Amino acid sequence: MNRKKIYSNWFMVPAMAVFTIFFLLPMVISLFFSLTVWDFHSFTFCGFDNFKTFFSDSSLYSSIKNTMIYAVLTCVLKLFLAFFLAVFLTSKIKTKNFLRSVVFFPNLISTVAVGITFCALMHPSKGLINHVIELFGGNGMDWLGNTHTALYAVILTDVWKGVGVATVIFIAGMQSIDKTFYEAASIDGANAWQSLKAITVPLSRPAMNSVIILSFIGGLRTFELIWAMTGGGPGYATEVMASTVYKQYAAGYYGLSTAGNVIMFILIAILAFPLQKFLLSKEVD
Amino acid sequence: MKKRKRLYILGDAAGLLAAAVFFIVPFAFMLINALKERREANLLNISLPDSVHFENFLQVFQANNYQIITAFKNSGMIVIGSVLILIIVGSMGGYVIQRRKDRTMGVCNALIMTGLMVPAAILPTIWVLQRIHLYKTLTGMILIEAALHIPFTVMLYRGFMGSIPVELEEAGYIDGCSGWKIFTKIIFPLLKPVTSTVIILNAVTIFNDFTNPLYFLPGAENATVQLTLYNFMGQYASSYNLLFADVILITVPMLILFIFFNKRIVDGMVAGAVKG
Repeated sequence: MNRKKIYSNWFMVPAMAVFTIFFLLPMVISLFFSLTVWDFHSFTFCGFDNFKTFFSDSSLYSSIKNTMIYAVLTCVLKLFLAFFLAVFLTSKIKTKNFLRSVVFFPNLISTVAVGITFCALMHPSKGLINHVIELFGGNGMDWLGNTHTALYAVILTDVWKGVGVATVIFIAGMQSIDKTFYEAASIDGANAWQSLKAITVPLSRPAMNSVIILSFIGGLRTFELIWAMTGGGPGYATEVMASTVYKQYAAGYYGLSTAGNVIMFILIAILAFPLQKFLLSKEVD
Repeated sequence: MKKRKRLYILGDAAGLLAAAVFFIVPFAFMLINALKERREANLLNISLPDSVHFENFLQVFQANNYQIITAFKNSGMIVIGSVLILIIVGSMGGYVIQRRKDRTMGVCNALIMTGLMVPAAILPTIWVLQRIHLYKTLTGMILIEAALHIPFTVMLYRGFMGSIPVELEEAGYIDGCSGWKIFTKIIFPLLKPVTSTVIILNAVTIFNDFTNPLYFLPGAENATVQLTLYNFMGQYASSYNLLFADVILITVPMLILFIFFNKRIVDGMVAGAVKG
């Protein structure tokens, strides 16, 4: 049969058309407009000035640093928490289906709603979290109002919301591991910790790679939670790339905003793509 | 063996306790405070309400001249419109990409998959929308949401196509079906399971999307559900009961979806993550 005729190019056209006009084309255009000072009607070419501003202005530069902290920390925390949660939730406990649903559900609620709720829970004087800390004799603090803790408070909320997806990915990976490996290991006298280290960890590698890539990229792109919880403040303590893009846009600096967007592309290109290559190359052997 | 059993029961208990502290408490907190009277809710504690105030929900509906009803209507139209587009273009795209492993499709596939990683270029997208007069319109928003979710959708369809035998298309071809007929009469009906996954997952993400409406659909008459919630946060900073009533209104539909489609949602997300 004539493959070209049956699987005609026309099937691909609608998807490519929508995707090109509303995603690829703007992406290419952004490379140009990031080199200009522009509004939506006119532009003046200004070379690499926008990028220079980005790296010399401390508030803009700190957004790059915060984005990196955010991406790395959320990724690492989700990886470890999800791994152990998955080990726990694939064991023979009776309530595992219920617990899986509970851990997963926050992922389906809107980020803004999560932000509002955790802002209230982290309220400096009335918040439930501080009450619990005081109950145990500690000192409550202004989680979101303190420049040293704000970013980490948002990161923890992100982990709370996102750990469920990572966990179900790990669970799927662990369930596909052949049970006979564990039987063989226990006959050879391996204890639980040894079989975890020698069987579960290496064999859930593909799942692990998905979790790393997904949460790392998610972290680099983060916006909604930051915006709902701190709006980038206090000061610039929680400013990330995506919130800078929005703020520069709202302030009318369209060139700077576009340059921020391009820096996000570059960050993802130089970090996420090689990371994925590296992880996949490890997976083969 | 007995010791083992006791260990599992202990595990159950610890798991339930941890789940209650970390996951149930925040939800209980939302619900309890949504039912309280204003002054009581502003204490932000988790004790049961003195009296239950269901009229909070009514007040949320009436706020800003029934804006939330407009918002639900707008969000609903965006979700329905973009999911319909995604089903049509995504199934056709995933179908040929999986079946034809030649250069053209390789390039298309590579281009589309960049969309899984790279974020949208926002201001240039607004510029494009303005050029074609779709900025601040629901149509524009629907097309943007569709474009942003094409990568994930195509990937799900492509993955599922791998489990459909080519012989079906060959049989159709011998019986004289055209390429279009083979797809619409034979393949598309077989894609039903993955289509329902596509519907649920995309509907949830698009309904919950806050960033894109913020950029591409500004204006009070265009408000979406997430934007109203965000504006509420500023407006009702001192009426937590109303704020949480709004949060509950937005969360409950998701909870219902999750109760009915738990397995489909989880499996779909895992399939999407692992194949990407």
